[in-house]
Order: sequence, then structure tokens, then C-alpha cells
Amino acid sequence: MSGTHRSPLFMPIIYVGGLIFGFGLAISGMARPEVVLDFLQFEDFGLLFVMGGAAIVTGITFAVATGYLDRAPLTASEYTRRVKEFDRNVVVGGAIFGVGWGLSGICPGAAYASVGIGNYPILWAVVGMFIGAYAQGYWRALRSSTTDDVTETASS
Amino acid sequence: MSELTPLLALGEFFPRGVLPYLLGGLLVGLGAAVIYLATGIIAGASTFLESTLSYVSDVPRFNRFKYVQSRDWRLVFTAGIVSGAAVYAVLFQGGIWTTEVQWWRLLGGGVLVGVGTRLGKGCTSGHGVCGVGSLSNTSFVNVATFLAFAIGTAQLVQAMGVAP
Repeated sequence: MSGTHRSPLFMPIIYVGGLIFGFGLAISGMARPEVVLDFLQFEDFGLLFVMGGAAIVTGITFAVATGYLDRAPLTASEYTRRVKEFDRNVVVGGAIFGVGWGLSGICPGAAYASVGIGNYPILWAVVGMFIGAYAQGYWRALRSSTTDDVTETASS
Repeated sequence: MSELTPLLALGEFFPRGVLPYLLGGLLVGLGAAVIYLATGIIAGASTFLESTLSYVSDVPRFNRFKYVQSRDWRLVFTAGIVSGAAVYAVLFQGGIWTTEVQWWRLLGGGVLVGVGTRLGKGCTSGHGVCGVGSLSNTSFVNVATFLAFAIGTAQLVQAMGVAP
């Protein structure tokens, strides 16, 4: 992505995309922690349709764009499949995230959407996410300045 | 009667039906697709946490180029998510809705989500929707891991009698 060649439509389209994304999260019930917890407790399997439906739409979009289209109109960026590198952190981080998701029923996107439906108690979770993100960033910065960590440099 | 039995069984798995979930999921995907087609950006929701911290923290990790360069549009993306949900609330919800889940679960879970999504390079949208959509093995492993741990945790919390 080349930040210097942004069209004036760049921010509006990001906003509209976020708007559709957030509307979708709200209509699917994902903005309500109770619905997510019902899924994790095997009481309502609807969440499978949320993730599945979303992944099918993005999957088709990525496949078409990388296979048949040239460059993104608003940034002149090439369409790429951004596949993240695999390392131990992917599993450890996934496990920690899973425990947090199972405890609270919230994940980042759904938490922002939950603010939008007026769920002010969710601010506990939003504050918690910032504390967690800060703690891991601070800890990793500290660790990489004291040790020569190979995975650290590879994962950026 | 014999034809009704599988339908009833299905209804048990989907007490709120399937349609809102599927429609919501398609829209979540559409939102990500609009951004990707217009800009080439694969949007995840959790990087917002680190990129926004770069405004207020001088920890070098939060001030790496990719965060500082993307922090403005990530704020706009998040504002879009909040307002999209607010549009839903105004049109269909009839007032605000608040959770019964206890504050310590939200706070404690939030901290772990903050650590885990950043350490694991993504969340339910980055890995679960965009990563799975782009057939990334890293994302499949991450999603399988967080689903397993989330189910285990939620079942354990429920078994310990914590509700909601």
C-alpha cells in the first residue's frame, strides 16, 4: 500500500466498508457477548454461518481480485494475498485469545460494534483489550532489547 | 412425522434461526470486500489496538512504520464499525442494549484478547474472516487454536456455575 497516492475517496470508502462490517456484526448478534457464549457452550451454532458467510464473500473477492484484476483504484496497490508467516506465537497467541474469548464472549471487531448498539458495559472489555495490547507490546519491546530474538525479527 | 424429526433436531442447534447469522456474515464479508477492492487493504479489527496506542505511547513497538502509517484509516474503519452497529440499533433494535455478562469477565477476557490477538497476529476478522478467506494455513491454525481454547474456557466457566 502506498500511502502517498491515496485518493480523496480513500477515507470515505474505509468508513463505508466499516459501516457495512459493523452493521453485519450487529445483525448477526456477534455484538452481544451472550450470543457468542451460547455458541461456545454448544447452545446455538449460528456463529458458524457468520464466519462461514463472511469467509466465503472475502474468499471469492480475494480470488477474483488477485486472479483477474490489476490494481486497487484508490491506492494503486497491487492486489495481494497477505499470508502471515507461521511461528510459535500464532499458536500461543491464538490460545490466549481463545481463553479471553471464551471468558468474555467478545473479540475486537464485535466489541467495537457492541459500543454502537449502546452496550456501555462493553467498555470494560475495550479498556481490557487496550491494556492487553499495551502489555504485550511493552513486554516484547523489553524482551527484544535484552535478547536477540530470532522470531521477533521474523514476525514483524 | 419422520420428516419433522430432523427439522426439529436442526432447530435445537439454531434456536434463533439461521438467517440473521448468514445475512450478518455476508455483510461482514462485504464490508471487508469493499475495502479490499477499493484499496487493496486486508482489514483486520485488532491491529487498531496497537496502531492507536502509537498516538499515546512512545514504546518503539507501537511506533513501527506499519502502525503509524495505518493508524488514521484504522480509526476511521473502527468509527465505521461503531456507526454501522448504531445504524442497526436505531433501525431494528429499538433503543440501547446492554449485556448481562459480568464486568470482571469482560475486563479479564478483554486483557487476554488484547494480548492474544496481537501475539497471534490477528483476531476473528483478520484470521477468521480474511485469513481463512485467503486460504492461509497460518490463519487456519490460529482459528482452530482459538476455537478450541474458547470452547474449553466457556464450558469450564459454565460448569463452575458462573452465569451470565
